[in-house]
Amino acid sequence: MTSSSISPALAKGAQKPRRTKTFAAQRRAVLLFIAPFAVLFLAFYAIPIVFAVVQSLLTVEREGTFGAPQEVFGGFVQYQQVFQNTEFWRSVGRVVLFGVVQVPIMLGLALLFALLLDSPLLKGKKFFRLAFFAPYAVPGVIAAIMWGFLYSPTLSPFGLITSEVNVLSAELVLWAIANVVTWVYVGYNMLIIYSSLLAIPTEIYEAAKLDGASNIQIAWRIKIPLVVPAIILTGVFSIIGTLQLLAEPQTLRSFSSAISSTFTPNLAVYTTASVPNYHLAAAFSVVLALATFILSFVFLKATQRKVSQ
Amino acid sequence: MRRGNTPRGPRHSIMSRTAAMLIMGVFTLYFLTPIWWLLVSSTKTGGQITGTAPLWFTMESIPTFFSNIGRLFTYSDGVFGRWLLNSAIYAGLGALLGTIIAAMCGYALAKYEFKGREAIFNIVLSGVLVPATALALPLFLIFSEVKLTNTLWAVFLPSLVSPFGVYLARIYAAASVPGELLEAARLDGSGEIRTFFTVSTRLMAPALVTIFLFQFVAIWNNFFLPLIMLRDQTLFPVTLGLYAWNSQISQIPELRVLVIVGALVSILPLIAAFLALQRFWSSGLGAGSVK
Repeated sequence: MTSSSISPALAKGAQKPRRTKTFAAQRRAVLLFIAPFAVLFLAFYAIPIVFAVVQSLLTVEREGTFGAPQEVFGGFVQYQQVFQNTEFWRSVGRVVLFGVVQVPIMLGLALLFALLLDSPLLKGKKFFRLAFFAPYAVPGVIAAIMWGFLYSPTLSPFGLITSEVNVLSAELVLWAIANVVTWVYVGYNMLIIYSSLLAIPTEIYEAAKLDGASNIQIAWRIKIPLVVPAIILTGVFSIIGTLQLLAEPQTLRSFSSAISSTFTPNLAVYTTASVPNYHLAAAFSVVLALATFILSFVFLKATQRKVSQ
Repeated sequence: MRRGNTPRGPRHSIMSRTAAMLIMGVFTLYFLTPIWWLLVSSTKTGGQITGTAPLWFTMESIPTFFSNIGRLFTYSDGVFGRWLLNSAIYAGLGALLGTIIAAMCGYALAKYEFKGREAIFNIVLSGVLVPATALALPLFLIFSEVKLTNTLWAVFLPSLVSPFGVYLARIYAAASVPGELLEAARLDGSGEIRTFFTVSTRLMAPALVTIFLFQFVAIWNNFFLPLIMLRDQTLFPVTLGLYAWNSQISQIPELRVLVIVGALVSILPLIAAFLALQRFWSSGLGAGSVK
């Protein structure tokens, strides 16, 4: 912290002769700062994606029935298979349905809790904040194991409900998974929205109160519009998360036979890769990554246009 | 009913207060009951889990709990302890290194003018939108090319990359490290790298903790990558290990108790870490959404 002792006037005078030297030093520093990330990003993001695309364009051919398998360029053969694969598209439809229902409910709850935490109505805010966030510390696999036990008729403390309604049945299991995901992530989303509520200067509320605005009006007209960027962020992450569902359904498979091996797109990728049919699995992966990317990008752009001042 | 129009004094009707507390109370039960159930169940024997009141302890809870813990750590040559250690390496060490790497890159993007800066940032941003699970299979294909699947590296190395961490670091660095301070440090003769590690990281400290926590949780929760990469049980992170045990319960019923106790043991360190670092994440979490 010795730097604070230099006065601005002195600093300006001394700046000029050193300029070229510091610029070279800065350029070197930038390289050093960026290189580690750039190398890792290239190796474990960029190259794998390119490699997956290449793999998805290959196909296996055999010379006759008993010939040795050979990898040859197949063009869009795998993609043709992807588009004809009804199981895969049913899994996509399933997660889209899941997202359309679960994401608004989860974010709505998160917003409600954040607004309540930010309102003068509550006592014990610190406790609620922690209690609601605690499930975020539970990994998806473990949350699914816990809820799996809670759902099963023989073990559940809610035996009265679970013996009447089988939440792990084919009709309900998607919503059983939705509940697990909601349970884990509501508190996390709540905190993101809550901390952006805290960043709003309180004078705005004072002014609104003087104008006779009620708490609900303040929440609706001032707070919610100001936290839209936070809600967008949580929205994008939730969309990504939904399309990528894997841990929860895969874990719940040992509790429910209603979850097929292609229940979600990622499960389909895993199952296809275990066959092993890497080329088709790679094509699934590419389609899924592209769809996720486009969807969250469009969502980001669409909402940004609306809120941009 | 609403007292909004009274200009001063935060007096709110008893009804809205009660409604607010009621909503929060009901959801507290929703969020904490499963964890409570896990805690209670880990103090029971296999028979007691189904035979006794699910949400309350038994007379022998304390000794049963300790014997369960003992069995957890001795079962199958103590592989559970190994899993915990693996998770600590993947998530703890991985997030630590990953945070430093992301912080350096984000800092450079925020505090230096150079050609291609925007392009790099845009690539990083698109990286944020590519989810980790979509990369699992491509990574598996790459690692099998170099014969490194089923090794510690196959899970550890890819976990170091966090585009979201770079994104956060850039925002935080832009907001918390004043350019004048860097100029002053330069005039003092401090090298750029030294300034970063001695001055800037200190200013960015709360942000770095947030990035660390984000990445820690992301690695700890990443299921697809270890699932697809690892065959050898002794390399499993704890989540994959518990998953494997859980899927064997129908053949080996005694595993049920171990899965429950193991789940409890594996979430306690995280809850403790969250509690200890609370003042960091509660202030830092929202910053990602501030443009």
